Amino acid sequence: MKDRFNLYRFASPATFYPLAGAMIPYFAAISVVFGLAGLYLGMLVAPTDFQQGEGYRIIFIHVPASWMSMFIYLVMAFWAAIGLAFNTRLSGMMAQALAPTGALMAFLSLWTGALWGKPMWGAWWVWDARLTSELILLFLYIGYMALTAAIDDARRADKAGGLLLLVGVVNIPIIYFSVKWWNTLHQGSSVNLNKSSMAETMLWGMLLMAMCFWMYSIAVAFMRVRTIMLERERHTDWVKAELADKTAGDEK
Amino acid sequence: MFRIITAVIGRDLKLAMRRQADIVSALFFFIIVVSLFPLGIGPEPDLLRKLAPGVLWVAALLATMLSLPRLFADDHRDGTLEQLALAPHPLGLVVTGKVIAHWLVSGLPLALIAPVLGIQFDLSADALIVLTGAILLGTPALSGIGAIGAALTLGLRGGGVLLSLLVLPLYIPVLIFGAGAVDATVTGLGGEGHLSLLAAITFASVGFAPWATAAALKIALE
Repeated sequence: MKDRFNLYRFASPATFYPLAGAMIPYFAAISVVFGLAGLYLGMLVAPTDFQQGEGYRIIFIHVPASWMSMFIYLVMAFWAAIGLAFNTRLSGMMAQALAPTGALMAFLSLWTGALWGKPMWGAWWVWDARLTSELILLFLYIGYMALTAAIDDARRADKAGGLLLLVGVVNIPIIYFSVKWWNTLHQGSSVNLNKSSMAETMLWGMLLMAMCFWMYSIAVAFMRVRTIMLERERHTDWVKAELADKTAGDEK
Repeated sequence: MFRIITAVIGRDLKLAMRRQADIVSALFFFIIVVSLFPLGIGPEPDLLRKLAPGVLWVAALLATMLSLPRLFADDHRDGTLEQLALAPHPLGLVVTGKVIAHWLVSGLPLALIAPVLGIQFDLSADALIVLTGAILLGTPALSGIGAIGAALTLGLRGGGVLLSLLVLPLYIPVLIFGAGAVDATVTGLGGEGHLSLLAAITFASVGFAPWATAAALKIALE
């Protein structure tokens, strides 16, 4: 039973570092394939919308970005919970590695939303419930990154950030519904997104793009977590060996 | 259980009374911020009446934020916080006491002065009563949620700015329902629904936030 495969082996940075390095090219390649297929479906195959014209095609970026921005926050909260419950080192690193990508997705979603809103609603920004909660989500990402950046001790940064993530996750539904009720009280249903009548090719294009964004996020988070691992574990033997290998390889 | 809470409240109130300038300056911050708005946007009563709920609430949020860093910082500096953490009582109860004391010296004065400022904004008597009630109901939630942020940023450089980044997004529901209650009264819809939700948020955050705060304090004290 000595060499039974054990998944928990990869909870240690020394074993996860090479694994992540090996997996990055695959995730990147899958992301490119899905992205090309999704863009082909979205830009060339999907029919022009009879109401919105060609401008609607930005949803192939906008919707996947919004989905990912919410999903990444949940994944970060998941790692935070694992990290706080089991006191694992890697969980906090994963949460920190994911945060910039999540913030990027939230920003991208707001940006493309503004580009889409200008021709459709005639305004770059409306205080719609979805837009407002996406903006607040971006604030939550910024708050998390600011907190972890301000704490020098890496273990405390992980734990404090993790606690903030969990508090944020509990608050997100409350914030979402309060913004929604606030919005309906203030401006009625002037904005009505009717997405159920979407053509099937559009839905497939969107799903493919969502997969592309998902795989991209994993690849980028792995790259970032590798850097974080090297930085934090720089006093350990395996990092020294790793770096010695690299410099020896460069000299050859 | 209640003995420890009342003991902490009594101690924090006594400390606050010895340094009354802190309470008064936060209160005057509130008054000044509220008074700046008519100067910035003009004195038309119709406009002011419309803006009053939002302006008063945003100012209340900022004034509460201003006094949050002191919630644990002094006790942390002189080591009292570590003694409290070592005490046989659960740290969550100690924090509950500190949150209540913080509300008594920061939230309660705001609620008492708010109707006077509301008169400056030409609010009706009904709206003034709802405004006072909403601030009374909502500010404990601000103290509770803010305590989490204060504990997370304990002893960090740039703690004050960081605290506002963390806490202000979480204050949004309180702002929406607090200002919404006054707004609904002004427009004749009645603010009971908003006030009920505000009370729900307050009970939930005063009940749960101290335990999250206690966890954050333990991380900071490690």
